[in-house]
Amino acid sequence: MIYLDHAATSWPKPPEVLRAMTAFLEEAGGNPGRSGHRLSVAAGRIVYQAREAVAGLLHAPDPLAVIFTHNATHALNLALHGLLQPGDRVVTGGMEHNSVMRPLRALEATGVEVMAVPASPEGRLDPGDFVRALRSGARLVVLNHASNVVGTIAPAAEVAQVAHAAGALLLLDAAQTAGVLPIDMQAMGLDLLAFTGHKGLQGPPGTGGLVLNLPSGEAWRDELLRQIHPLLQGGTGSSSVSEQQPDHLPDRLECGTPNGAGLAGLAAGIAWLHARSLDSLRQHELELTRRLIDGLGDIPGVTLYGPRDAEDRTAVVSFRVEGMSVSEVGRRLDEEDSVLCRVGLHCAPAAHRALGTFPEGTVRFAPGPLTRLEDIDAAVRAVARLAQR
Amino acid sequence: MSEIGVVLFYTTSAVFRAESLLRAAGLTPRLVPTPRELSSDCGLALQFAWDVRNEVETILQRAGVEYDSLYPLPTSPADKPAS
Repeated sequence: MIYLDHAATSWPKPPEVLRAMTAFLEEAGGNPGRSGHRLSVAAGRIVYQAREAVAGLLHAPDPLAVIFTHNATHALNLALHGLLQPGDRVVTGGMEHNSVMRPLRALEATGVEVMAVPASPEGRLDPGDFVRALRSGARLVVLNHASNVVGTIAPAAEVAQVAHAAGALLLLDAAQTAGVLPIDMQAMGLDLLAFTGHKGLQGPPGTGGLVLNLPSGEAWRDELLRQIHPLLQGGTGSSSVSEQQPDHLPDRLECGTPNGAGLAGLAAGIAWLHARSLDSLRQHELELTRRLIDGLGDIPGVTLYGPRDAEDRTAVVSFRVEGMSVSEVGRRLDEEDSVLCRVGLHCAPAAHRALGTFPEGTVRFAPGPLTRLEDIDAAVRAVARLAQR
Repeated sequence: MSEIGVVLFYTTSAVFRAESLLRAAGLTPRLVPTPRELSSDCGLALQFAWDVRNEVETILQRAGVEYDSLYPLPTSPADKPAS
């Protein structure tokens, strides 16, 4: 079996991740941070270590400003609903996933003005377009760090600079890039970052978070970040004397029993990435991506989408086979060649409109850290056989 | 004079952050349930040797960890920290 659906979720997970999750349940099964007994303390320590692991990986200043959520969608909803109010303006890129566009459309109905900066047919965004879009100001700019359809990498640091010049915060959707591309929230000027644990970070589903760049070094940005409203209210194990949600992070924005076993796995996933070095994993994925672009590009009847240069994208390659629906390609690859991929619109209609692939969508190959070059070659041969029919 | 003290925080996540910072500095803090006489709140506190209280405060302030207060505790043999 050749698993090329890492952009949906990474598989298989490192054995260390499974071991950490089992150990959490067997040896640290208390409710983290709620009680004073040893099992609760052991669980709380593991959850805190996961905060440190995330903050360290993303170069966020404070582990306590890592807010754990169920996934990136939950984190994006927390940021968008927590920051935007009727009358506010928000600017976004043209390659966004529905995890951004659906909350934005819902907010639009309440009186939030939504402005989308168009992307090129390769999925590229021009920071100059953000300058123009921000002439009338905005509270927030939301940017997909890399397209889940074609992998095109957005100029995040440049857009952050443009956002700040216009008095807006920058929220980065790092669902496709956390653990895949180097991210330094402080150096890149990212105010908020939403991530998921189950893709590049190699953790289990049910983990993710919103990371706040606090302190950011600029008072106005810190003040806006401190104004985020919680999406949920509830128990935190702190300030129990009060029936008001506490002010301190992470409790202000995170409540209820966390996914301790999942977060143990997430921390183990991040440790696994460090042990292999992010840089060498990126080099490997670049090699796989080049091989895919070259191999698929040579097949008559196959149309490739996205940038031709692998350096401009993550390991996500979209294509179509002439005369065959994408669903048929996906089904045959699975049944005849055990190549597993995702076809269709990938929850990103805006991106497919930019690419010119709406409404049919594309076939998407997304290899991962353990994918081998021979897997890519076998998948390319399978597509070539389909294209010959 | 008291031999041990505790520091109280606003969130239990900060207790774990403080524990990690103090351990990295070579101290041996201990997580304990917040003494009821100090707070009617539930939760955890960090216990330490009272003679390193200045160092504890310096470490927490340098890392920007918000804390409530440091309190000396009446010593009982079971509560003595490891060092």
